[in-house]
Amino acid sequence: MIEVNNVSKYFGEKQVLFGVDTRFEEGKVNLIIGRSGSGKTVLMKCLVGLHTPEEGQVLYSGREFHNLPEKEKLLLRKEMGMVFQGSALFDSMTIEENVTFPLDMFTDMSESEMRDRANFCLECVDLVNTNKLYPAELSGGMKKRAAIARALACNPKYLFFDEPNSGLDPKTSLLIDELITKITHEFNTTTVVNTHDLNSIITIGETISFIYQGHLAWRGSSDNILTSDNQTLNDFIYAQPLTQRLRKTL
Amino acid sequence: MLRKALATFGEYLIFLRQVFSKPAKWSVFLKKWVFEMDAMGIGSMLIVSIVSLAMGSVITMQTALQIESGWIPSWTVGFVARTSIVMELCPTIISLLLVGNLGSRITAEIGSMRVTEQIDALEVMGINPASHLVLPKVLASIIVNPVLCVFSIAFALTGGFVTVWLTGCTTTYAFMDGLTYCFRVYDVVYALTKTCVFAFIMSTVASFYGYRIEGGALELGKASTQGIVVSSFIILILNVVITDIML
Repeated sequence: MIEVNNVSKYFGEKQVLFGVDTRFEEGKVNLIIGRSGSGKTVLMKCLVGLHTPEEGQVLYSGREFHNLPEKEKLLLRKEMGMVFQGSALFDSMTIEENVTFPLDMFTDMSESEMRDRANFCLECVDLVNTNKLYPAELSGGMKKRAAIARALACNPKYLFFDEPNSGLDPKTSLLIDELITKITHEFNTTTVVNTHDLNSIITIGETISFIYQGHLAWRGSSDNILTSDNQTLNDFIYAQPLTQRLRKTL
Repeated sequence: MLRKALATFGEYLIFLRQVFSKPAKWSVFLKKWVFEMDAMGIGSMLIVSIVSLAMGSVITMQTALQIESGWIPSWTVGFVARTSIVMELCPTIISLLLVGNLGSRITAEIGSMRVTEQIDALEVMGINPASHLVLPKVLASIIVNPVLCVFSIAFALTGGFVTVWLTGCTTTYAFMDGLTYCFRVYDVVYALTKTCVFAFIMSTVASFYGYRIEGGALELGKASTQGIVVSSFIILILNVVITDIML
């Protein structure tokens, strides 16, 4: 489990997060949702250590991440996998090399063991026969899946997805959502997904933290998000004409 | 302005501390180092040889034109050409050329990795991106640039010799005599020392400007230009300082 206790983040004079308190549960798909610019990416970057919060704590199974000694922090980082918004695959490497990269860096696996592990991860994301291709030769959805395979390579306990559906068509988005749910339940990972895709919110969000202007404005799950009486949440969820029509049917 | 420059210098020093830390895995580091040496060395060989041939040719012609006098010995052309080529033109001009060629490549490569979150991905994996990406480039350039400088000297002297042979501005025998007259190994040591220092400046400054990019393609272009301008400026200043210290 990941606990976020009273986390605040400033950029110079500007405060972006205001004492956010939430938790992300093990073996579940945990969503961080909110409008663009609400601070959800900053919160995720605080979780993975790309930003250091000025106040508050981020606890990984009770271990306070930002105050850990460097060696322990490094060990904890090896338990994390992250899929970035733009996939962040290394352009100069083939897909197989991308997936084996963390294995090459952190394990003593032989070449054939690494290749087997890469093939297993690529099969998990339904991306076979792409081993020798370069990221530039893949479509957006395939790049996302390759990035998921790379994140899975070291068998992480914590998986982070930053806007996994951005720039994808609805069908590919669904595939990515299904994949996130499958991986989370199959490998019992603590998965944190940063999204504002309504379909993902409704279908895969087992716990949902709604961030509004840097504050945690609501916490719940996909079961009760559509019937919440939180006004700011409803303004976000029912912003589009399609969802407004849906609301009338509820 | 001064405060900003000092702040940037401080950031550069912090960046260097990150760069010169132990690589996460030596076998991966060595692979990257060899790759960088190959890319930098082979990739720059053609341009270095063309520029050096032309430079040697022109310096020989100009020297011959300036000292057309019966009072000056004929070997002076070779002597002046060699001294100019070995001590100044090859280490400095070739280093400035490599700043444009390799430095801009380094800034663009690291900058695009920053823009596309590849550097963030390394950091999340628990890898020190500065050390992983920059250290092999710095060490490769410190090895490769002096080698390129030696090739450059050889090509420039060949260019001078061919010019003498084609134009007859002096005799080839006198030119060769001048090339070997009062030759000091220390001159080559001085040239290679300068090249090593310039290589360090080129690779670290170019990497620094790529590494600290915030934004997109526009910033990448600006960073590339800034990297070249700042490296060239520092190289020119250090050229004066090293010359004062070593000569």
